[in-house]
Amino acid sequence: MTAQHILSQFRATGVQTCFHDRHINPQIFADLNGANWRLKDYEARGGYQALRKVLGIGGGEPMTQDQVIATVKESALRGRGGAGFPTGLKWSFMPRQFPGQKYLVCNSDEGEPGTCKDRDIMEFNPHIVIEGMAIAAYAMGITVGYNYIHGEIFSTYQRFEEALEEARAAGLLGNNILGSNFSFQLHAAHGFGAYICGEETALLESLEGKKGQPRFKPPFPASFGLYGKPTTINNTETFAAVPWIIRNGGQAYLECGKPNNGGTKIFSISGDVEMPGNFEVPMGTSFAKLLELAGGVRAGRQLKAVIPGGSSSPILPASIIMDCTMDYDSIAKAGSMLGSGAVIVLDDSRCMVKSLQRLSYFYMHESCGQCTPCREGTGWLSRVVDRIENGHGRPADMDLLDSVAEDIQGRTICALGDAAAMPVRAMIKHFRPEFEYHVAHKTCMVPAYV
Amino acid sequence: MISESTKARFAKEVAKYPADQKQSAVMACLSIVQQELGYVSPDSEKLVADYLGMAPMAVHEVTTFYNMYNQRPVGKYKLNVCTNLPCQLRDGVSTLQYLEKKLGISMGETTADGLFTLQQSECLGACADSPVMLVNDRSMCSFMTPEKLDQLVDGLRAAGDK
Repeated sequence: MTAQHILSQFRATGVQTCFHDRHINPQIFADLNGANWRLKDYEARGGYQALRKVLGIGGGEPMTQDQVIATVKESALRGRGGAGFPTGLKWSFMPRQFPGQKYLVCNSDEGEPGTCKDRDIMEFNPHIVIEGMAIAAYAMGITVGYNYIHGEIFSTYQRFEEALEEARAAGLLGNNILGSNFSFQLHAAHGFGAYICGEETALLESLEGKKGQPRFKPPFPASFGLYGKPTTINNTETFAAVPWIIRNGGQAYLECGKPNNGGTKIFSISGDVEMPGNFEVPMGTSFAKLLELAGGVRAGRQLKAVIPGGSSSPILPASIIMDCTMDYDSIAKAGSMLGSGAVIVLDDSRCMVKSLQRLSYFYMHESCGQCTPCREGTGWLSRVVDRIENGHGRPADMDLLDSVAEDIQGRTICALGDAAAMPVRAMIKHFRPEFEYHVAHKTCMVPAYV
Repeated sequence: MISESTKARFAKEVAKYPADQKQSAVMACLSIVQQELGYVSPDSEKLVADYLGMAPMAVHEVTTFYNMYNQRPVGKYKLNVCTNLPCQLRDGVSTLQYLEKKLGISMGETTADGLFTLQQSECLGACADSPVMLVNDRSMCSFMTPEKLDQLVDGLRAAGDK
């Protein structure tokens, strides 16, 4: 066997993470099986009907740009990358009459620990992203777009390139799409191992061929984006939601979820559950239901805590998360963030100090080094958590951690500083006795795990 | 010297960007160099810089900023095992330790026969597939139990130069 053949045996099939019957009313993941990602399959599922509707192909008047944006506003679609910003509103910020080139960028640099949804979307339903981007481009009068894909999922990048070729060959991308006067060129680019490039302005720097250090805002990308031109950046899942909204209407999408939190959301569930994977469910589904879809806590253990929206979101103890519904507003009210919808589950055998140790190391490793509070502060956080875990902690260390975190938060150009600080503060807030026990006894309150 | 076939791959990347923004292709060009030569040497950086009309230092900034570029030669197979928290909760660390034992090296090292380099990595974006590892930047291997790790390592050893 060749090396390539050997390695291909271990490629994920999506059976465990995507093609299961444990979604609820899925839109993006509906009817996928891993083999039906090609253009003809997507069209058989109703694909590119939304783009045709927008362009007025096959009967009916074309939709105006304002109509498309109004529909997306009505849907209450909010950014799926983590910030939850209303998508229609973001699109309306774009200076549509700007005389020069404008750009559309898809942020597929999915590196937030816990998140693995965009990979499955692009791997198993790539055309839904292409169609969503084409509609967005039409709405904002944009003619060139890029999809920036996490470098580590290289085979997914190659899959997306193949889908682009199919779309171009069918006249769904390129000049005069489907014979209309709308033209849109879309290309794929890839990262190469830098968490920070998920931050939108770092991503733009990277697309320009530079090291990915975030830009100071304002100016925001809508006025000064890629190559200094007006640019709109949305997450992969956000674009993937758009075709359904156009086909079925903004109101119908809104009604799939709950007020101010329209539609379905894909949650990536990892950690201590029986069946980790991606689960597409209506916004506002209870956490308890989501946990049940993932098979419950592993090996019959008790739930201890949950990081509800990717590693940067504050951890919530079981008693709080079990009362939450999974939507932006409910999780924010509970003191955390829905973020990217990456749910990391920890059972009652887990030591919080050890868990935080790994996260703090990550943020130190990934700080781009541009802002002093983050560059130095993430190192302090990591070293102090390290010494607590290793039995050299001091009684004042918890207050020290909190104070270092406070000094980072809000004092950096981008959100990575906050992302490093928030988990630390939430861990100490909710699990302080565990940290104190570590300092006093130089060992864990709970059995060690590797 | 850049071979004609490599130049063709570079050109495909450059064509994605505006004519006055060739630098945008630097990430892809460096990854192509790494795939073909195993790592990005200062000489390669210079060639890419000339091809794209960039200062060599600007290329070097990219090589050194992004984690996946190899700045020195690595083994024929670079194994990157994710140990970030979601993977730590599902045997990511024990996977790394298993490979350390099996290969007789510590993370960050290369086997004496030059076949394997073992590294710890940050989030690969495949958290529900844990334990996961990335081989030679391009092949994600999911659900890597000890049996599968044996199969992978033994298989690659037997494959030799194939």
